[in-house]
Order: sequence, then structure tokens, then C-alpha cells
Amino acid sequence: MTSPEPVFTTDRAALVARLRTILPAHCLLVDEEDLRPYECDGLTAYRELPLAVCLPESEGQVIDVLRNCHQLGVPVVARGAGTGLSGGAMPHAQGVVLSLARFNKILRVDRAARVAVVQPGVRNLAVSEAAAPHGLYYAPDPSSQIACTLGGNVAENSGGVHCLKYGLTVHNVLRIRVVSIEGEVFEIGSEAPDAPGYDLLALLIGSEGMLGVVTEVTVKLVPKPELAQVVMASFDDVAKAGDAVAAIIAAGIIPAGLEMMDKPATAAVEPYVKAGYDLNAEAILLCESDGTPEEVAEEISRVTEVLTAAGARDLRVSQSEAERLRFWAGRKAAFPAVGRITPDYYCMDGTIPRKRLAEMLGAIAAMEKKYSLRCANVFHAGDGNLHPLIMYDAAKPGEWERAEAFGAEILELSVTLGGSITGEHGVGIEKINQMCVQYSTPELDAFRRIKAAFDETGLLNPGKAVPSLHRCAEYGRMHVHHGDVKFPELDRF
Amino acid sequence: MTQACALDDIASAIRAAHDSRAALRIRGAGSKDFYGGMLAGDVLDVSSYRGIVAHEPTELYVTARCGTPLAEVEAVLAEKAQMLAFEPPRFSGATVGGCVAAGLSGPRRQQAGAVRDFVLGVKLVDGTGQVLDFGGQVMKNVAGYDVSRLLAGSMGTLGVLAEVTLKVLPKPVAEQTLVFALDEAEAVRRLNEWGAQPLPVSASFWHDGQLWLRLSGARAAVDAARRKLGGSVVPQGDFLRGAVDAESHWNSVREQTHPAFAGPLLWRLALPSTAVAPGLDGLRAIEWGGGQRWYSGEQEAVRGAAARAGGHAVLYRAPESLRCREGAFAPLSPALLALHRRLKKSFDPKGVLNPGRLYAEF
Repeated sequence: MTSPEPVFTTDRAALVARLRTILPAHCLLVDEEDLRPYECDGLTAYRELPLAVCLPESEGQVIDVLRNCHQLGVPVVARGAGTGLSGGAMPHAQGVVLSLARFNKILRVDRAARVAVVQPGVRNLAVSEAAAPHGLYYAPDPSSQIACTLGGNVAENSGGVHCLKYGLTVHNVLRIRVVSIEGEVFEIGSEAPDAPGYDLLALLIGSEGMLGVVTEVTVKLVPKPELAQVVMASFDDVAKAGDAVAAIIAAGIIPAGLEMMDKPATAAVEPYVKAGYDLNAEAILLCESDGTPEEVAEEISRVTEVLTAAGARDLRVSQSEAERLRFWAGRKAAFPAVGRITPDYYCMDGTIPRKRLAEMLGAIAAMEKKYSLRCANVFHAGDGNLHPLIMYDAAKPGEWERAEAFGAEILELSVTLGGSITGEHGVGIEKINQMCVQYSTPELDAFRRIKAAFDETGLLNPGKAVPSLHRCAEYGRMHVHHGDVKFPELDRF
Repeated sequence: MTQACALDDIASAIRAAHDSRAALRIRGAGSKDFYGGMLAGDVLDVSSYRGIVAHEPTELYVTARCGTPLAEVEAVLAEKAQMLAFEPPRFSGATVGGCVAAGLSGPRRQQAGAVRDFVLGVKLVDGTGQVLDFGGQVMKNVAGYDVSRLLAGSMGTLGVLAEVTLKVLPKPVAEQTLVFALDEAEAVRRLNEWGAQPLPVSASFWHDGQLWLRLSGARAAVDAARRKLGGSVVPQGDFLRGAVDAESHWNSVREQTHPAFAGPLLWRLALPSTAVAPGLDGLRAIEWGGGQRWYSGEQEAVRGAAARAGGHAVLYRAPESLRCREGAFAPLSPALLALHRRLKKSFDPKGVLNPGRLYAEF
């Protein structure tokens, strides 16, 4: 049963010759210097050079590429803007990268129906920009929204800072067009509610390019709220801040955004953006309210009351749109800000029940000592999605390995605390081993059967998202072998 | 008939059916026996596998076993001023498992989302009797394929949804209901016009020249919207004896006891909200801002008309004589049907669970 990972051996010359018959020269990259920019996505620690990069300009060309790769048995890795953080778009050494970058047209924005039809290479923010003249916008707003594409958002089921109230990609996409590895086109979902049959849209969204290639996306647009205001609260204890989050929810409030940053995170961010954060606070909370002016005023006053009762030591309410954006600027710039104070950082993405937050942060503090690495924490507190940023220096021997082990321990603790190894970044190549921790063999087998129902020969993004039985067996052996003390050699640092 | 009281009972009943290739008909309260394809197979009654496993108000979820009546779940949520925001019909004793398996949502669907939008996790017993855990209790979880949501509306053809975790939301602080006298076309036009504005519209229902609109949210927001929209205000409580109050009106829409839903033959058309009238007689009601429209009577051309309008038609309720020759759900393209068959086979290789309940082909 424990057959090793499938091995692909591609005849590169034959592949390139075949691709040349279906793509014009400007749609095909084969030279190493041209392939180099595609060797990784936003997770730069994992790299692989593909045999070729295809840049089709029409759905017909996508179909041709897939059909031919299927015939030749060549792996295909679809790619949007390459901003993903789990290595989902890392190429396969024996395969092609199928870039949807040239599918960059917004095909329709319909004010009355409140939908937009876009190609997968359209940037997330561009959809909201196109909808803005109609007073509408596209709700999911991952922090990479100026660069990331809708196709990638569909593949990863991307979130953002407004998920709690407005949902993830899966709640905001109505229909997709998908090409199978065999080159067959499917229309999944519809502008009408509850498309007949199984909810394949739910299955495809977040499937990390394993089931099909998206060539068109219809999204729901929502009316832009008249007003948004944010309350910034500082706490002298992270546990208190965590309790404050629960208190807001318990008061029946679903804020438009509810974010937390710990002291190392604010310390990194403040010199960079000058958001006015309280640098003595152990944690700060940002709580946004949106709606009509009357609604916002009512909610802000309730939020203020709850936060005060929860022990916030300082509260500020944004008094202008400029101030609101400044409060947010620090949170949105947290990743690059941390990037300025450390040569490299490794971003984790576990989700936990909100009430376990203090416990998780305590454990992370202990891990910082254990691995001799610093960690800053930013947290989509409203939906329990934690982004620890582990700081390391890839140039120093052993630091990346320690960072990787640190991250794995956080993810596995997320599962133990009743959460998940990934809230919005995807499994990709990065968390493939932790899938063996979150799921047991029967569920993983079910995932593999679903994969086979769409892609029998396993050519779409092989080696990602769903681990092979063999890999889990290996990982399990390593766990058993080391017992409770994983990576004991690290204690020497 | 098999009465399952424990998870093991469900698993062993399915294992036995799998081994002997005998069809099983999964049943909770049986409140939706009228819905979907023809019923076939020995009854596997899961109504006794019941009880709320967890309700964490500040984590915004509730976990319940499949046989738990929705009314019981909602009563527990109400104690913390929370609700199932998709407002599923409760009919007579409808259960949590049946609610998710059938995938029916109620009046708040257009604002809050459908059943599938609230499914966080499912403990599934598949067609071989294996127990599988998908999803969980957290709001965000993108590890593995989203099988939990796939199961919403699967009509029990992929497995028994033995335990379900649903996201819950706080009840709105304030609600108000308005009524407008409008014809069909004008009602659809206004609903879409309002939909494009930041208004707290949480439900809409048009029937016989009257459009009912429910506003929900912060008190100030509801009051402001009421002033902006006009219309006549329907009293919230039943203090005017004999008059229809808002709460019982929306309840009659949710439970489909409103006269608009009467009659032996009822079609449900799911359409893009802006779709112009599809040229059929017998319009009974419009819901979900124009997205759901109900028609009564024999409708020869209904599937084509719905498809031309960009949607699809469901034969929602019909006499057996019609149900046995006309499928409930709009036919799938050959490519999609083939995919459905492969998925069905991957969960239920011998095809023993609710055969024909979704499509006659599997």
C-alpha cells in the first residue's frame, strides 16, 4: 500500500516540440533565464525549475496545453501572480507551469445583478476598482490584493481581514469555468442560487490547482458601506485581549474586521508606517464597524463599552477616513515591516478556537526559546486565524531548518487545540506533512479518490495539498522514532 | 427498517447494505420525503441519533447529531440570542442532518447565505460504513478539499451526515417589516435596485401584488432604511388581534404554510435575481430578491424557460404520477453527470445510499 510518490520522467525535447505546435513563440518560455522567475511563489524557501512555462492567451490554448500534457503524461502546475505563501505554485521539475497571467480582462460588471465576470489573471483589487463607480466592491481582501489574482484566490479559497462578516472566496464566487486535465470544459455554479447537483463549486474553491484549471470567474459584488470606523484598543496582557475578542462576539457583534497584533509585531510596524500604535501594549486590537452612519455609531459605542469592560487600557476611535486607513496601514504592512527587521521570515497560518489564543501565544513564546528564533504575531482574531512570523536568516547554517521545525510545531499545536493547519494560505508543499497530522488515513484516502475523480492520472499539481500514503507513513515513522521530542538535535542551539 | 441509536448502528447498517448491495433510504424526521427523486430502499432511521454535542456561543458554532430536531437546536441558540442565519424550513420536526442533506435555505438566504455557507464540519458515514471527519469547528480551514460543504444538498447520496457543525450568528437587534403594492416586474426591479444599496434588507416575499420586505440589523440602521424606503409598516407582534403580524408572516414563508405554497404541484425556479419573467403562467411567489420564484401547475416548458433565463427549475412538490417520470432537479450536462457518477462512486462504490434521490442515474 505504501507505494512511493509517483515518479514522472518527461522527454523535454518532445514536450517542447509539442508545445511549439500549439503555442506561438511569445506564449512559451523554455530558456533557463526565462524560467528562473517562475521557480517559486511567495514561499521562496522552496524552489524548483520547470521544463517550460506556457502563457496561453485563449481558453482554446489552455485546452490544447492540458490535452497535450495529458497525452504525454506531463505534470501541470497552474499559476496566477505567484503570491501564494504555501508553495502551491512551486513548479514540478518534470512539468510545465501554466501561467494564467494573460487572462487579465474584466469581462462584465453588472450593477443591477451585482456580479462581475472576470478572467483568472485579473488582480483582486482591480475587481473592486472596476465595481467602485457602481458603489459596489468585491469583499475578500487578502493582504496581497494589489497583486494576487482571482484565479489564485479561487485555488486557495483566500480570505482577508473582513472574512468574519463577509466570508471567504467560497462565499463570494458564484460560478467558474474550469478546464479538466483532459481538456474538457465545465461550467460550475451559476448566477442563479443553488446550482443543481453536488456543490462542486465548494469542492473546486480551495482545491489548490489539483482538480482543474479555472478560465473564468463570476463573483458577487456587494454594496460599499456608507461609512467604516475602527476602534484601536491596547491591552497590557494578551490573554485579556483574547478575552476581549470573545466578549465582542458574545455581545452579539460581528465586526467588519477584528485583528490583533502582539508587541513584537507593533514594534516592527510602528517605525515603518507610524500608525500611532501603543508600543508599551502587550497586544493591540483593531475592531472595525461598517454600515450606515447610524449603524456604525451604535456599534462603535457598544464595542467601546465591551472593550473597556474587558480591560482595554487605551481606546481610540478613528475620526476620519485617513485616520482609519492609518490604523489599518500597520496591520496590512505587518509582513513587509517584519521583513525589514530580519533577513528572512516564515509566515504560518494556523487557525484555532479563539478561546485558546492565550495558550497558543504562551506556547509560541516557549518555542522562541526552544528554537532560538524570534516570532511576531498578527492574528485575524475574529476568525481565529493566526499568522506567526518566524524570523530567521537563511544565510546562517541551520536557521531555516529551525524555522521550519518551529513552524511545524505551531501547526501541529493548532490541530491539538482544535483548529486547522491552514486558514487561508493553503497546504501547498509547505504543510503537506502536517496534513498527516490533521487527517487520518480514511479522510486522506477520500481526498485521493476525489482527486482521481477529476484527474485520474494525477498530473495536476502533483505532490501538493494531499500527501501520499507513503509520505504520511514516513512522517509518522519519524514522529514515533523521535517520540515526543521532535528534532532533538535542535536543542544544541 | 433499521433504527440507528448510535454511530456504530449507522456504520454497521451501511456495511451490511454495502456487503449485500441493498439500497438504503436514509431518514430523519421524514419531513422532506416529498422532495427530490423517488424514495427507494430499506429505511435507515437516524432520528434517534440525536443531541447537541457542543454549542460554543463565542466561537459561533453548534455541533449536533443528525437526528436532532432543528427546533431543539434553535431553542438552545436562542438562549444566547443566536440563530441559524440561513433560516431552514423546520416543517414537522425537521432534523439537522436532513436540513444539510437537502440543502434548503429560507427567507434570509439572500442576505446571509445558504446552508452550505454555514457548514463548518461533518462527521460522515460513507457508503462502505467508514466514519470520516471533514472540516471542524473553526471559521477558516482550507486544509484538504472542502467535503463538508460538498455534502450540503447531496441528498444523502454520499453518506449519512452523522454529525454536523454549523456556524451560528447573533440575532439581529431590530427587525421591521414593510409592505408595498407592486406588480411582479416592478417588484423585481425594486428589489434589485435596493440590493445594490447598503440597506439592511434580510428577506423579501412577493405574492399577489404585494411585496413584503424585512429589514434587520442595528436599530438605527433599520429605522433609517424604513424612512428611506417608505411602504407601510407591518406590526411586529400580534397586538392587533386578527391582523397579520410580521413574525407569523415570515414564519409562514419559512415553513411554506403561506397560501402561496398551496397546491399539489409546485415548481421552484432559481434564477439570476434580475431575470425578466420567464413567460410562464402560475407565478405564486418571488423570494430572495428575485433569485427564487415559485410556480404552480403543470409546466411543459419550465426547464427550458428557466435555462433561457440563466437558471434552473426544481420540481419541488408533485403527485407521485409526475414524480416517477420527471426528475426533481434540472438534468446535468453529460460531462457533469459523468463527474457526479465518479464522485458518487468514490464515496459509495456500490451505490447503496439513497439511490435516485438526487438523480435517477445514480
